[in-house]
Amino acid sequence: MAELTRADVEHVAHLARLGLTEEELARLEGQLNHILDQYKVLATLDTAHIPPTAQTIELQNILREDAVQPSLAVDEALANAPERSGDHFVVPAILGGEGGA
Amino acid sequence: MTAAEPAASRYEAVIGIEIHCQLKTVSKMFCGCSTEIDGAAPNSHCCPVCLGLPGVLPTINKKAVEFVIATGFAIEAKVATTTRWDRKNYFYPDLPKGYQISQYQLPLAAEGRLTFDTSDGPFTVCVRRAHLEEDTGRLIHAELDGRRVSLIDFNRSGMPLMEIVTEPDIRTAEQARRYAEELRLLMQTIGASDAEMENGQMRVEANVSIRPRGQEAFGTRVEVKNMNSMRAVERAIAFEIERQTVAVDAGEKIHMETRGWDEARQSTYHMRPKEEENDYRYFPEPDLPPLLTSPEWLAEIKARLPELPSARRRRYRDEQGLSAYDADVLVNDATAAALFEGAVAADPAVPPKLLANWVTGEYMRLAKGGEGSGAAAVDPAELAALVELVVDGSISGTNAKEVFAEHFATGRGVSSIVKARGFEQISDAGALGTAIDTVLAANPAAVADYRAGKAEVLGFLVGQVMKATRGQANAGMVQNALRERLDKAE
Repeated sequence: MAELTRADVEHVAHLARLGLTEEELARLEGQLNHILDQYKVLATLDTAHIPPTAQTIELQNILREDAVQPSLAVDEALANAPERSGDHFVVPAILGGEGGA
Repeated sequence: MTAAEPAASRYEAVIGIEIHCQLKTVSKMFCGCSTEIDGAAPNSHCCPVCLGLPGVLPTINKKAVEFVIATGFAIEAKVATTTRWDRKNYFYPDLPKGYQISQYQLPLAAEGRLTFDTSDGPFTVCVRRAHLEEDTGRLIHAELDGRRVSLIDFNRSGMPLMEIVTEPDIRTAEQARRYAEELRLLMQTIGASDAEMENGQMRVEANVSIRPRGQEAFGTRVEVKNMNSMRAVERAIAFEIERQTVAVDAGEKIHMETRGWDEARQSTYHMRPKEEENDYRYFPEPDLPPLLTSPEWLAEIKARLPELPSARRRRYRDEQGLSAYDADVLVNDATAAALFEGAVAADPAVPPKLLANWVTGEYMRLAKGGEGSGAAAVDPAELAALVELVVDGSISGTNAKEVFAEHFATGRGVSSIVKARGFEQISDAGALGTAIDTVLAANPAAVADYRAGKAEVLGFLVGQVMKATRGQANAGMVQNALRERLDKAE
């Protein structure tokens, strides 16, 4: 497994819209590589005979019928908003356009 | 290859289309909040799940899954027996969890196709995949106390979306528009989505690149979005092909970017550089168990599919003798098609072709007139009865149109309108004879001219009889009776 470079850390920070200082970048580069080192240990295990899974509980097909349940009152929905204006949440403007979808 | 050769013949456009359709469920994708969000107060249709509060768990809306499976069958796709959800990670304030629940590796449907008519004949587009995901919230960029802020309304967060992605099979802007139109019709027919572009229920995005004709490798693609009508889809793609052609001819490099369509300027503009697929760091959604679709469930969904537009066009043409044009007009207008089908069923003796003429002609003309209230009042059986009266000569075509207009406006029965207006055509030889004798007696000069060999005078005499009977006479019978009298007396 390749080492994470400083450029990788900066790229991930950019994707997470985090503005990091030089000091933070250096610390995170070390911490992230430490995590990768631990995965290298896990990667030595032979998993050829184990099917991939994303689940730790053996459930499948949990569906619900298309029925309406009550929503929160607007004031409740906005109770944890960092700031509100009318019935809207307010956050600092993000430059650089929309995300995916 | 010379410089004088038109660019259109030197380059070929390669286009793939991504369409998001809002599914017609009553509740959201992963929670029970109502989807009736049009005109609702901001953040009035939200709960801990669609607000992305910590510790909540999503639950899959069964109806939304069924709509995607139904779409899969309708486009002849392979429907998955095992499907799964994935997290698409990106950070933007319209996405409260920091990820969108989507499907990446195992979409519900894959490898389908859709065939439709173009000005160049039928064209088939291969559909790579159709999958389920959740919509994001809506941002309004504003200024508040001198600060630039975003106002968030999470009502749309968690609305169920189906994303349908084609292979890069499309070569012209017209094919792209026709594909989107046919898919919209399909969505409306199977009831999966209202698919109205103006209010965002259907969003069309195009990946457009160009390459020298004969070259196999794709050029750099540009994503075009914000096209709010079918016309905009065609114009935006045509503009983008031309823009790239000019740029490549000038030796410029095409950048991978997302461009928006500016309707006012009729041009595309740079929105942002496109993120690479792996920047989304997709991974399996641990909060949702996998979904296995049983053969019984799939068969049930397939059996519920209504007649699809392509089959309906074929039936109208081949079994009911309509022109390809009329068949297409009817298939594209559900209300008109229902009226046509109802009239055919009400009186199988009336040729369907004549009923179709009335529906695509008079009915659609009046319906477009905006007097919407009358549209639903047209009774298919009354339409069939009216056309029957025209066929058997009891009423003239011109008067029938007036009768239909009144029925359209008031819903009053056809026979009652015909009686009230005195439109019953005079086909009775005795009654006609009296009117004809009166006209002949009053126009001796015309009679003499006719007998002197001026046959064209006959038309004038027919007109006089029609006038005398206020248009109620059967014109064919009048002409025959006149000729008979004039020729006999000679």
